[in-house]
Amino acid sequence: MEEKVVEIRGLEKSFGDLDVLKGVDLDLYKGENLVVLGKSGSGKSVLIKIMVGLLKQDSGSMSVLGKEVSMLKTRELNELRLRIGFSFQNSALYDSMTVRENLEFPLVRNIKNLTKKEITMKIEGLLESVGLPQSINQMPSELSGGQKKRIGVARTLILEPEIMLYDEPTAGLDPITCGDINNLIIQVREEYNTSSIVITHDLTCAKDTGDRVAVLLDGQFDAVGTFEEVFPHAEDKRIKSFYDYNFINS
Amino acid sequence: MTEKAEDRKPLLSKKIDKFFTGLADAWNFVRRFFKEVFVPPYEFKEVIHQCYRIGVESLPLIALTGFIVGIVFTNQSRPSLANFGATSWLPSLISIAVVRAMGPLVTALIAAGKVGSSIGAEIGSMKVTEQIDAMEVSATNPFKFLVVTRVLATTFMIPVLVMFTDFVALMGSFLSVSANENVSIITFFVEVFGAISFLDIISSVLKALLFGFTIGIVGCYKGYNSSKGTEGVGRAANAAVVMAMFLIFIEELLVLQIVNAIRAF
Repeated sequence: MEEKVVEIRGLEKSFGDLDVLKGVDLDLYKGENLVVLGKSGSGKSVLIKIMVGLLKQDSGSMSVLGKEVSMLKTRELNELRLRIGFSFQNSALYDSMTVRENLEFPLVRNIKNLTKKEITMKIEGLLESVGLPQSINQMPSELSGGQKKRIGVARTLILEPEIMLYDEPTAGLDPITCGDINNLIIQVREEYNTSSIVITHDLTCAKDTGDRVAVLLDGQFDAVGTFEEVFPHAEDKRIKSFYDYNFINS
Repeated sequence: MTEKAEDRKPLLSKKIDKFFTGLADAWNFVRRFFKEVFVPPYEFKEVIHQCYRIGVESLPLIALTGFIVGIVFTNQSRPSLANFGATSWLPSLISIAVVRAMGPLVTALIAAGKVGSSIGAEIGSMKVTEQIDAMEVSATNPFKFLVVTRVLATTFMIPVLVMFTDFVALMGSFLSVSANENVSIITFFVEVFGAISFLDIISSVLKALLFGFTIGIVGCYKGYNSSKGTEGVGRAANAAVVMAMFLIFIEELLVLQIVNAIRAF
């Protein structure tokens, strides 16, 4: 796990008077699942949105798969985006399309010369691997929260990305479905050989899925390491309260 | 770090600055449309799909409205003409009123309400639920897929709907005329076409193109720039209708002046 696929140095981002990221440094290694933990509004999602060019940093550098994201032209950025899968917090499935059309959408636009049979096989294979083969003709409104997350992950996997970004994958789900989603994140890494960043404030998710965890507090990473290194004997009060709330109070 | 827009002091006042910033944003949005519309890849399939949604699905409402407008306008005009014993002028009067003004205007106003609000709400909801971001990260240009296709569809379909409204309104008018006066359908339409010129038809079509573009671009602009969750979606849909209607009336006035100038020339 030595090859770096993401390298972040001195990243800063503000919205108006609010400084969200204050000189963030972070590395993601090939084949690794890195969990970024932090309170709501701490800038976790902002970090991965900068990674795919949805937001631009004020200063600092963000290198993804050897490319400095902020320096890329639209075409180069789109080429990079094809190598990154982004699973959104609310799944962001296209309301007006069926599950099949949702999965077809990125595929037919980015990979030419695929036959209808190949497209169908790919979609059915992916739905099988996320455990929802029966949903192929359903509309997103007919799916539960957990099913939507799975379909969202399947849609990002259809382009076979090298890096997966999960934005709050377990938010708003019951504990059993959370467990299923955590298993899916691990399964995706094993089956598709991806490196992942999982954004969450759910410590169970962090413990189950992360090779390393990084805690984002006050715009900077306070602790980076394995779950056991960072928790449960953290000396920093804020990290300790984070752990206590998740594992003792609940 | 570069100075952020929010940190700058307002040049005049916050409200005036906001107005001009909004104007500049809207202008950039229109410019982006014209830049993107000619650059491949072209989303033909989506344009056809939107044409169907905007055109075919609006037909029943447009047909009913046009038919009622034809009957009502004929019935309202008859007493005034009857005072001068000029009810035989009804087909000409209705024809001029419908083709020159009422057809395009009524169609555009109905479409602004039905189509403009639906575009504003649909794109607005896609924006707040991150569907537009999802499109972007899958290397698809959301502006091209969502905005360009819808604006092209409204621009092409409103003229078609206007012609349909004109026809239905004239049929409604014929029904009213034939119920009160002894006029055949052939005589009615000979009178109708005798009263309008080529300039009337061309100006009506051009006006409809302009109205269609306005409805599409305003709906998309309001939806694309919506924020603040579901409340923002409602606001976007509402603003799309209000702004489109306002602009349609202004455009009607301007086109009328230009056509009258051409007619006088």
